[in-house]
Amino acid sequence: MKIVVCVKQVPDTKGGVKFNPDGTLDRGAMLTIMNPDDKAGLEAALRLKDQYGAEVTVVTMGLPKAEEVLREAMAMGADKGVLVTDRVLGGADTWATSTTLAGAIRNLDYDLIITGRQAIDGDTAQVGPQISEHLNIPVISYAQDIKIEGDSVIVERQYEDRYHVVKAKMPCLITALSELNEPRYMTPGGIFDAYKADITVWGRADLKDVDDANLGLKGSPTKIAKASDKVRKGAGEKVTLDPDEAVSYIVDKLKVKHVI
Amino acid sequence: MDFTLSKEHEMARSLFKEFAEKEVKPLAQEVDETETFPRATVEKMAKLGFLGIPVPKEYGGQGCDPLTYAMCVEELSKVCGTTGVIVSAHTSLCCDPILTYGTEEQKQKYLIPLAKGEKLGAFGLTEPGAGTDAQGQQTKAVLDGDEWVLNGSKCFITNGKEADVYVIFAITGTVEKRGRMTKEISAFIVEKGTPGFTFGTKEKKMGIRGSSTYELIFTDCRIPKENLLGQKGKGFNIAMHTLDGGRIGIASQALGLAEGALETTIEYVKERKQFGRAIGAFQNTQFQLADMATKVEAAQLLVYKAAMAKATQKVYSVEAAKAKLYAAEVAMEVTTKAVQLHGGYGYIREYEVERMMRDAKITEIYEGTSEVQRMVISGALLK
Repeated sequence: MKIVVCVKQVPDTKGGVKFNPDGTLDRGAMLTIMNPDDKAGLEAALRLKDQYGAEVTVVTMGLPKAEEVLREAMAMGADKGVLVTDRVLGGADTWATSTTLAGAIRNLDYDLIITGRQAIDGDTAQVGPQISEHLNIPVISYAQDIKIEGDSVIVERQYEDRYHVVKAKMPCLITALSELNEPRYMTPGGIFDAYKADITVWGRADLKDVDDANLGLKGSPTKIAKASDKVRKGAGEKVTLDPDEAVSYIVDKLKVKHVI
Repeated sequence: MDFTLSKEHEMARSLFKEFAEKEVKPLAQEVDETETFPRATVEKMAKLGFLGIPVPKEYGGQGCDPLTYAMCVEELSKVCGTTGVIVSAHTSLCCDPILTYGTEEQKQKYLIPLAKGEKLGAFGLTEPGAGTDAQGQQTKAVLDGDEWVLNGSKCFITNGKEADVYVIFAITGTVEKRGRMTKEISAFIVEKGTPGFTFGTKEKKMGIRGSSTYELIFTDCRIPKENLLGQKGKGFNIAMHTLDGGRIGIASQALGLAEGALETTIEYVKERKQFGRAIGAFQNTQFQLADMATKVEAAQLLVYKAAMAKATQKVYSVEAAKAKLYAAEVAMEVTTKAVQLHGGYGYIREYEVERMMRDAKITEIYEGTSEVQRMVISGALLK
């Protein structure tokens, strides 16, 4: 079995967030981590590899430094890494990203594609399902459990109060939740092996069956009007009043602020 | 000269740091308070290969360099001195001599399960009358047919009752050296469960209280002839060479303790308010922190230099001695200052710096006291 896992290098929320003048994230200037949902997807792939035997290829699109997440994935146990990087792919929204990733994945053999549900920087949950549309394969999103049966996958699809058991023929795409599992740690030896391994680097020219009009910032229908870091709130106001007085006080405050 | 760590080392550090924060730190206080050996943590570390970091892959290890191993002990010790020394004693004092002096059969039989973490290792040199004076050994080994018969005892043995494989030193005869008769010491591999090998009292310690420190007793303990480690009569050299490596492990533990105390104190002085402002705003606090940080970084450079020397040089005794001497004294100084900056709270067990200060003291004593390190360093200077 061949599994492709899409991972994204995202800003570490412990560090500060920095923006480019056009409102997109300045990814080069921020501390980064592997997106948590993607890491769960990778862990799911590695468990399938442990259980059934599989070759796991990790694909990421990003700046050259996104290679770090591929090395991390390989230090956890992934077999191969593909970095898709090109200036013309920068500033991509979900449409341009999914177009790019699908263009890269068309070069690979796969039975299963696993992506995270969503990335903590964009929070759209669109890229995984869009890739499946581009590749014309079924998608099962929000997986909380994955099993293989013959040429099919059986997935528990999570809802708030229940789950559905969905069976789909491979090849198909699954989006994983960070609640799916506890990702394994890397191993020290795995880290050094990962840095000795070759990473495949693809640019625009290597993408298969994609149109330039659907790539990068120019090919992104999403236009950012304004972006800002969250603003710290003030310390607030503390008052000690009797209940009746307190209610009047709060109501007055809300009126002043035109909340009521 | 480039002081930048490679990306591999940076990633390895992030792994050790994440593991330490998630798996070790939450248990550190309980491990200390209840004097409980953190068996579950050791099993987790075994699965991740932390118990065989510098051992070649062909012998079940991770095939990494001594610097990676030092960083592992450092990061673990930042949050728990006990966990740091468990890895250090196992790796430096048991895996390393078997890797260096063991026969192929001994490596296959003992090193592979040790490096995989299926078994835990320990080292028995110290005796009640033979600490710094390692030549003062009383434990004897006599060859009887195809077996060595051990009689005597060892004390203050780290991983004491929890280990499975022990590197033990014993007198195997006397030899003439410069016209004087001296003891001939040899090294042996002894397995737990060997008849005649029992445990004495568990030591109640000031610090690293979760580490299992026991007396080992050998009473007509018969081990196979082939369990002699290295050549007969070369035990003293094996012990000294092993301790050179061990000192890098303990220096890393000391460094981690100092770093942990510094980081904890930086957070504390930002929060703690006196006279209407955070105590970090006072110049005394700032100057103390500056001194602590400078010494910690100097210690780190010495420790990393010694670890690199182990990778590239045959003899690294002086580098290891300097690293251990300085890192241990910095650990004691920085943890003491950390307690002082915490004020009364620093003296309370609820606060980590109290434990760190107690843990730091032993780094000036075991695997060669600071005085022994000064002897090694000055001996090389006056050669």
